[in-house]
Amino acid sequence: MTMIEKTHFRQPLGRSPFHPRIALLSQSEEWTSWNGYMAPRVVAKLSTEYFAVRSGCSVMDLTPMEKYRISGSDARPFLDRLVTRDISGLAAGRVTYVIWCNDEGKLIDDGTLFQLGQNDYRLCSQHHQLDWLRTSAIGFDVQVEVETQQVAALAVQGPTACSVLAEAGFDDLQALQPFRFQQSACSGLPVMVSRTGYTGDLGYELWMKPNDALPVWDAIFAVQGRYDIHAIGLSALEMVRIEAGFVMPGFDFNTAESTIRAGYDRSPYEVGLGWAVSLDKGQFTGRRALLAESARPAKRRLMKIVVEGNKPVGASFIYDRRNGRQVGEIKCAAWSPILKANLALADIEFDNGRLPRELWARIDYQRELKWHSAWARCHVSEKPFYQPGHRGLTPPNRY
Amino acid sequence: MTETLDAIVVGAGHNGLVCAGCLARAGLNVTVLESAAQCGGMAGPRSLDRDYHIPSLAHTAFPLAEHVRHDLELDRHGYVPGPPAATISLQPDGRHLRLTGHEVSGADLHDADRSAYARFADDYGGFARALTPLMTTRPPRLKDMDFTDKKTLARLGWRIRMGLGKASMYEFLRVVAMNIYDVLDEIIEDERLKGLIAADAVIGHNAGPRSPGTVLTYLMRRFNELGGPMYVVAGNGSQVIDALAAAASGLGVSLQYGSTVEKILVENGRTTGVRLNGGAVLKAPLVVSSADPRTTFLDHVGASQLDAMFTQRVSQIRGAGGIAKLHVALSGAPDFKGLDNEALADRLLIAPSMQYLERAYNHSKYAELSDKPLLEITFPSAHNGALAPAGHHVMSVNIGIAPYELGSGWDAVAQTLPYEIIATIGQYAPNLSLLVVSHEFLTPPRIEQEYRVRGGHWHHGETTIHQSFMMRPLYGAAQYDTPVDGLFLCGAGTHPGGGITGLPGHNAAKRVLELAT
Repeated sequence: MTMIEKTHFRQPLGRSPFHPRIALLSQSEEWTSWNGYMAPRVVAKLSTEYFAVRSGCSVMDLTPMEKYRISGSDARPFLDRLVTRDISGLAAGRVTYVIWCNDEGKLIDDGTLFQLGQNDYRLCSQHHQLDWLRTSAIGFDVQVEVETQQVAALAVQGPTACSVLAEAGFDDLQALQPFRFQQSACSGLPVMVSRTGYTGDLGYELWMKPNDALPVWDAIFAVQGRYDIHAIGLSALEMVRIEAGFVMPGFDFNTAESTIRAGYDRSPYEVGLGWAVSLDKGQFTGRRALLAESARPAKRRLMKIVVEGNKPVGASFIYDRRNGRQVGEIKCAAWSPILKANLALADIEFDNGRLPRELWARIDYQRELKWHSAWARCHVSEKPFYQPGHRGLTPPNRY
Repeated sequence: MTETLDAIVVGAGHNGLVCAGCLARAGLNVTVLESAAQCGGMAGPRSLDRDYHIPSLAHTAFPLAEHVRHDLELDRHGYVPGPPAATISLQPDGRHLRLTGHEVSGADLHDADRSAYARFADDYGGFARALTPLMTTRPPRLKDMDFTDKKTLARLGWRIRMGLGKASMYEFLRVVAMNIYDVLDEIIEDERLKGLIAADAVIGHNAGPRSPGTVLTYLMRRFNELGGPMYVVAGNGSQVIDALAAAASGLGVSLQYGSTVEKILVENGRTTGVRLNGGAVLKAPLVVSSADPRTTFLDHVGASQLDAMFTQRVSQIRGAGGIAKLHVALSGAPDFKGLDNEALADRLLIAPSMQYLERAYNHSKYAELSDKPLLEITFPSAHNGALAPAGHHVMSVNIGIAPYELGSGWDAVAQTLPYEIIATIGQYAPNLSLLVVSHEFLTPPRIEQEYRVRGGHWHHGETTIHQSFMMRPLYGAAQYDTPVDGLFLCGAGTHPGGGITGLPGHNAAKRVLELAT
């Protein structure tokens, strides 16, 4: 066990190994806490950072993301029982998106699951999961260790990401397919590279030892002259993940283990993640409850909606018509510069298992500090709002 | 085997047999799988050397409930509860107390205490009777109640309010969650008498008289007494078990001995049967387990077929045994000072005061065995001469309150402890040590291993308030059905708990038939 230094209170937020570089680039000094780490909301300028993701190359420090190493002879059965999804296709070198529920079939968190080797896995999640993983480990020969601090991680995302990494000296990544990873190297330093991300664009996530963090960062930024590369913060990520239609546990819905009020937690079906539930794969925690839920008419769902007009959509209620019955609320929203549209995820109550025929948002907004109210029609989008064709190409486009 | 089974019952303990019999009576084709070479489990017979026989763990019992006897026609199959046994509380100074039913006698016992005890016995008998609607059916769910649940609660409410009357109901509600120490201290002066009563509240449990919930454990015992007075188990083996096995067989139940269940098979959340040690598979749409809940869920079903929180709750069930057992073969009848020879037919206790019991429990809390333990002694051979050679006897001793894990390790004391216990009893019967032919000593871990009950607890789990009624054995499996479709529980770990009552098995069978048909 590592002792906490007696000076820890002077620095309540942890510093990622990349922090020295981000601090140098930071112009806006907009810092926030992400899992106890000091993380930038914006490094320099939000619009620059957003467009780095969409038309250049963005670099984001992912170290604060919770990382767990799962090993032992029962690691696979343990994971099979943990996650709702059929992971029989997962093999060494592959990554998959997974979600997990409590016994009542309510969502606890989501994450990406890497199979590093035989009986050796890494699970990355949004929130602390050690307690849940240890609870789930009862009856299995499995070890669960936190490796958040032991692994430095960087997301390199954007249409030119592959070219940037090649230029920065990374071993050949051309053939790396989405949801695969490989051991690579940069300036002689070992880096695991996965073709994964949270932006809906072409992108990679780099996993390395904390000591190698700064040399790898420097190698990438060394090619900044040839490519448009920007360090980005959580605000730009929020815009692009909404465009990509990704949900964020704890923000778009309350996670089960942190819910106090009855009915405030959500099932995978209720947040549009039913596709990640395989009821026929055999037992997993929450299966019985989800089986029962799937047989009932849907009560509610988190929907991707486009809100007409350009009024800033904040925390708004949704109605079934202008001045009608309140049927839901917006959980997160962003103005999409690339789509020129107001995008939102909204929690909407169904009527007898059906989506209300019309959806209207009542938007309260300020003009020079004076509040106004406006009605805006909402249109449901079943697909991700933004899904560029280049994101899935192997090999990716060269720039 | 081409014959198709309707139900498999795991374990031929008395609850397994009751359940199997009730299912067969309803027309189901039932097979009972028993690991041992005989039925009865903890209530089965046991041999000591070649010539001495002794009941396993349950050396006293109460007559089975009337409706269980009736449904299985046990009387027709030779079921006769033994003659009532008194309880004698041995005192170092020879001023022993003798208790039969509501009467207690002994030297220097004041009339005030005598009548206080009679009132107490009456009142608590009434309280126990008021619980009847709850004990003889599945415990009601408090959320999403169905008609049966509402009926049970209504009947319980009626029995408590109207059956007891207003004053008695208030007293019941006041004491039900209290500890036996405080209750007895309020009404009785005599330390000997309080120790005697309190012993019945704590024996078999991990509790001292001051532990919360010991009024409840006492009430459960008094509930078991409603069917008739306590007797010493002394049949050729055990009257109950023989009658139950005969009744079950008569109803068409197939009893398979030497069949150890390795896995309860589950496909898509539904049980399909069991796999035995050795690999043989038996298919059945219904599996009813009389094994304890931890063995059933953690070993037989396995965590991979259960939800995580449920598994965690199962693993947290409090079920460490609180009893070690000593069996002694004797070459003659011991002479207890101040008692005549007929007293060997009674139950003898060494529980001279509540403080004595509380101290015995203190040691248990710290993984020690007190050198002044609670002892419950019977001589089954005093009722049945066939259990030992002519003139010889067998002595059965429950030793409480024993820690499941002994700090020094049970193996370290297994050689010496029996002699210490014999010496302790020898203080009351000086010729005892001269009569010892042989002995065997069952530690809690050995009980766990031999009877395949995790923790080795008599009741397959403490009957504390958080593990009783609609919480027994745990939330999510408290109505005999489990999160695995087609899998039911029917052992002592389920409501209403331990004792040779047959009620868990009987209630479970009702639930199986209700859900399966």
